[in-house]
Amino acid sequence: MNALRLDVRKTYKLYIGGNFVRGESGRYLPASSPSGALLDNFCHASRKDLRDAVSAARSACDGWAKKSAYLRGQILYRAAEMLEDRAPAMTEEIARSTGAAPEKARAEVNLAIDRLVYFAGWTDKFAQVFGAVNPVASSHFNFTIPEPTGVVAALAPDEPSLLPLISLAAPAILTGNSAVLVASDKFPLPALTFAEILATSDLPGGVVNILAGKRGELISHLASHNDINAIVNASSAEETHQALQSGTAINLKRYAARKMTAEEWFTDSAENPYWIADTVEFKTAWHPIGL
Amino acid sequence: MTTTFASVPTIDQVTVEERAASFTKRSIKTSAKLAGLKMAVSMIDLTTLEGKDTPGRVAYLCRKALQPAEPKYDVPSCAAVCVYPNLVRHARRFLGERSAVKIASVATGFPSGQYPLRTKLEETRRAAGDGAEEIDMVIDRGAFLAGEHRKMFDEIAAVKAACGDSHLKVILETGELVTYDNVRLASQIAMEAGADFIKTSTGKVQPAATMPVTLVMLEAIRDYFFATGLRIGMKPAGGIRTAKQSLAYLVMVKETLGDDWLTPDLFRIGASTLLNDVLMQIAKTADGNYQGADYFSIS
Repeated sequence: MNALRLDVRKTYKLYIGGNFVRGESGRYLPASSPSGALLDNFCHASRKDLRDAVSAARSACDGWAKKSAYLRGQILYRAAEMLEDRAPAMTEEIARSTGAAPEKARAEVNLAIDRLVYFAGWTDKFAQVFGAVNPVASSHFNFTIPEPTGVVAALAPDEPSLLPLISLAAPAILTGNSAVLVASDKFPLPALTFAEILATSDLPGGVVNILAGKRGELISHLASHNDINAIVNASSAEETHQALQSGTAINLKRYAARKMTAEEWFTDSAENPYWIADTVEFKTAWHPIGL
Repeated sequence: MTTTFASVPTIDQVTVEERAASFTKRSIKTSAKLAGLKMAVSMIDLTTLEGKDTPGRVAYLCRKALQPAEPKYDVPSCAAVCVYPNLVRHARRFLGERSAVKIASVATGFPSGQYPLRTKLEETRRAAGDGAEEIDMVIDRGAFLAGEHRKMFDEIAAVKAACGDSHLKVILETGELVTYDNVRLASQIAMEAGADFIKTSTGKVQPAATMPVTLVMLEAIRDYFFATGLRIGMKPAGGIRTAKQSLAYLVMVKETLGDDWLTPDLFRIGASTLLNDVLMQIAKTADGNYQGADYFSIS
């Protein structure tokens, strides 16, 4: 309309404790399209932002785990609704960030929505499927139930830019864990846009936190942080895997690697229910019964 | 005895809040931070004031106060444990006759103070007799707010006499005094009546210790020192939960009263959850990795 109007460019912020924050250091990085054009700036998380995200996740944990399975499912389903509502914007975000064809980007968004719905259905089923009533020789009723492990950190791969993030976060939080997600270095914008969707989906603040920036700066702190209970790594970089595996060996936190190609994230193998079992603790109780 | 209650200065609310906020802006890193955190531990009155307190819990608290962290972190003992009068003898039995950790007991109808003077004095004598080296009394806020300053003064003086050799900390319960002017006046009355320490709060009323209120009391202590040469101690209590906050309070003490007051003899922090946060920061500084509450004993 007016050729002189300046665009209002957004700086994509980190998502910590339900708030969009600029980050403790105030640093930012440019996100570029595959052709090299500047898209937008995004905040560059420091180790202190990681610390803040972990403490936000820790405080959110209890309340989230105590919500009924049914309600957690409803909230995940609500996130799917919100993503559906913003599917065109998300499609555009993926397309301009990664250079993917619009149809391909839209297919990724559709699958992301379906996957949220899929995992939403697991909230009130995983305990029956993974739990067990165990036969024992004494006069006890012996049963095993899965409980959330606590704070789960997850590292997304570079591609696809949205689908893996959701496929990593959903199986972790559906059991009552809270999550700290580290977006891809290369394509962080779809992940940060997803934070805006989560912020309007009834998910309590701090249950999912999303960081972006240079992942290499955070790896060692992720591994050594004593308040992170589990790490799920889907980054394809071998040195990241090595660093996390050796780091988590010191403090014995749970570590799960998801070695998947970009195409595999579009298949059923990324809807693996056993991923849920990677971030739970199994509790076995012996309940005395009469003979 | 002549008193100077009438000449107590008034407080500029805006300035005192601005100045208090300015103490949180200091950058304290690495070795200075570590020294500050250890100093904070040495000033903590590790407190449990609940109806469900048991001798076992007090014994646990004493253990934690004696040695808050693993020896490799080289952390000093806390200054004191602070308990209800009935638990003083249990603390004394656990700590022994001579201990680096002192025993403080709340008294005089804690936390309301709405009890007859006779029972307040009896309570004080019993706690001191059981081995409390420090008595944390509450003032009668009702009397103070009704303008009966003389009654408040006399009560503090009577409790001081009942304390014998024990030190007296006077809790003003600033959250109920409404204005900074009242805090300043109550501080003055308490100091003139014989308080060894003045203390912000019981921890049972919100807001508990805040930085502006503590600053008002520190300034009262400073002016009282200039007027009389007597060094009165300060104890903020309640609401100080993080290592960062504790460092800000130390900065405020240093910049208001100077290094002389940076000792457990003249500055204490009444807290229960603070200790673990400070220990986690000390471990972070020493070991380099962020700590989690799972690795520290409950407080």
